[in-house]
Amino acid sequence: MSAILPPAAKYWWKQPLDRVEGTWIVIALTWCLIMFFMMPYWHVYGKQNLSNEAYRTTPEVYQKKTQEMVDKYTVRKETAQEIPVVHPPAGSDVYLIARLWQWWPILELEEGKTYRLHIMSMDWLHGFSLQPENINIEVHPGYEHIVTMTPTKADNYSIICNEFCGVNHHTMASKLYVVKSAK
Amino acid sequence: MAVNRMFRVCPATGFKVHEPAEALMKINAVTAVVALLVGGILALLVILTRWQTVHLLPADAFYMVLTAHGLNMLVFWIIFFEVAVLYFCGTVLLNSRLATPTFAWVAYALMLIGALVNNYAVMIRGDSSVMFTSYVPMGAHWSFYLGLILFAVGALIACFVFLGTLVVAKAERTYNGSVSLVTFGALTACIIAVFTIAAGAIILIPTFFWSIGLISHIDSLMYRTVWWGFGHSSQQINVSAHVAVWYAIAAIVFGAKPMSEKVSRGAFLLYILFLQLASAHHLLADPGLTSNWKIFNTSYAMYLAVLASMVHGLTVPGAIEVAQREKGFNKGLFEWLRKAPWGNPVFSGMFISLIGFGFLGGISGVMMGTEQLNLIIHNTIYVPGHFHATVVVGTTLAFMSLTYFVIPTIFRRELMFPGLAKWQPYLFGLGMSGFSLFMMGAGTLGVPRRHWDMSFAGALMQHEFPATAWLMMTLMAITGLVAIVGGAAYLLITVCSVFIGKKITTPGFKHISARDNAAAPVSLPNVVVPSHGNIGTAGFVAPGTFVLAIGFLISFVLYYFVNWKYLSTVWPLN
Repeated sequence: MSAILPPAAKYWWKQPLDRVEGTWIVIALTWCLIMFFMMPYWHVYGKQNLSNEAYRTTPEVYQKKTQEMVDKYTVRKETAQEIPVVHPPAGSDVYLIARLWQWWPILELEEGKTYRLHIMSMDWLHGFSLQPENINIEVHPGYEHIVTMTPTKADNYSIICNEFCGVNHHTMASKLYVVKSAK
Repeated sequence: MAVNRMFRVCPATGFKVHEPAEALMKINAVTAVVALLVGGILALLVILTRWQTVHLLPADAFYMVLTAHGLNMLVFWIIFFEVAVLYFCGTVLLNSRLATPTFAWVAYALMLIGALVNNYAVMIRGDSSVMFTSYVPMGAHWSFYLGLILFAVGALIACFVFLGTLVVAKAERTYNGSVSLVTFGALTACIIAVFTIAAGAIILIPTFFWSIGLISHIDSLMYRTVWWGFGHSSQQINVSAHVAVWYAIAAIVFGAKPMSEKVSRGAFLLYILFLQLASAHHLLADPGLTSNWKIFNTSYAMYLAVLASMVHGLTVPGAIEVAQREKGFNKGLFEWLRKAPWGNPVFSGMFISLIGFGFLGGISGVMMGTEQLNLIIHNTIYVPGHFHATVVVGTTLAFMSLTYFVIPTIFRRELMFPGLAKWQPYLFGLGMSGFSLFMMGAGTLGVPRRHWDMSFAGALMQHEFPATAWLMMTLMAITGLVAIVGGAAYLLITVCSVFIGKKITTPGFKHISARDNAAAPVSLPNVVVPSHGNIGTAGFVAPGTFVLAIGFLISFVLYYFVNWKYLSTVWPLN
């Protein structure tokens, strides 16, 4: 009898468990349950959970909302393309557009303040990847995803795209500024 | 139509080999190796481009090569080989003929045409660099989807030929009692393959219609949800297949029998019941799905498929340990392992595959599949790090070790370059393990996957990765090259052995007709198998394996909580 031959005994399921197998199954199952309950536990007690809040919308509507925010809160323009840098008030709704091959606009947030960050793609799939924090979120066209985010430390961060989006995928990088609170 | 019932008896093992099945096993395995060769050359180009010091290819060529690498390795190499494994487990291990060899040839032809059409779309047309995943709304040429659909239909027919063979073997009473554990594992792979291919059809057929303009819109989230029912589950076919191969090699090399049939088969059953939920692994960072859905599915209900893998991880080396101890290597905890045939590539490859799959692939897979931890891993190069540990160190290396057994027994050729063959599993297995590990390291530092240039040349704004990330990528390239050398050695050995190796002839060899020589059905003794002899310590028949398993669990637990600790330091989100 071996694993490549049919079991020698007709009632092979009656063979008693070896102690080593039984013990291991109990240990492994316990660990599996701990890992399972860790996820709901973190929803209750942890601070890093991806939001379930998302709405279907269209690029036109989303573009309009983003433009309104940019018109109100632009503080300066950067790079050769004159991309607006937006400093929205703490606690407000902040909009970020992902499109081939650009994040728009550039956001400037305040340390320790909480924002409702809206993210959506205008065309293909993109990947929101905040570096060096290493927070990574998939960005879909047609799904406006709202993530409540609290920057913890003033610094210059980068947003890169980490979902393949065509030949200039590697140029789809932007900045996210976190500044000390005004007062 | 007359049924070909001609067999030859394998002089090494005594198994009866059905002639039409043998031809089909050979052609599927050879085609698989050709796909591995193509995929391997492409792998070299990918490595030399992501190694920023060399940065070989321009962006468009890089993405094309990466797409073709993924498809040739993950789909064509592995599935052609798996079809050969299915035919082997269905016929040779059951002393049976293959059901409907004609349909098996039709399956082969469809798979071959599908593979060629898909490669044509990617590499010759060059307008289908959409990656293995081909996420809409980014579109490929219609022939890209058509090739995959043809291939899948072929693979589905092959699955049914295997299932038909099980029916034939049962009806013609070619074996007594239950099928062997290895065949049971192959059946598990086959069942998973059937619903995997169904998921593939549900998404790829509409996408094909979309590519020719018959459907105007395909939702990107729906695509990802259904596509991963195909994309992830197809990796679970590999897991079941290579676990079956592990058991087979343990039996071939050591005469090892399962510690208990019940436990090992139960673990395979858990795969069938729960593995397909894992589509969710890829959607944890997506909008539009609720946390409840994510948690239930990503954990395979309650990590029950992980439990199954942890059980196999114990019972495979456990079976080897018991076999070795019964042979007299019963001293201390690890004499059985020290005295194992480390120079035999059939064993060494299998054992490296087992360890690499568990420690590197298994643990990292659970990290990525944890809802919140996925936030710090999603789409970084950690992901390919994980699946090169599972699919390459795990599946590919297991299949490679099986080849060293199959060349003399099925191809009837002596192995060429036996000295090189001895080292091949180490070069490939350890190179690939390093490669995976360094990718995971770079991913932890945020380096993205599927990305042509981590220096962001030509971008308006650039991100500077830390020096450690660059170092990790360099080490990844170097260990990747070691694995390439190991892969090239495998190709050299197998291709030379199969085509110009010395033929093995058996004196007095003759073909037999199964009908004339069918084993009279013997009724099995109605007894319960006694437990193992007086081996091991403290009532544990395999104490060495148990210690290894506890070592594994400790690494798992530590790394799991290290990742939670890391997660707790990033910006609060909800």
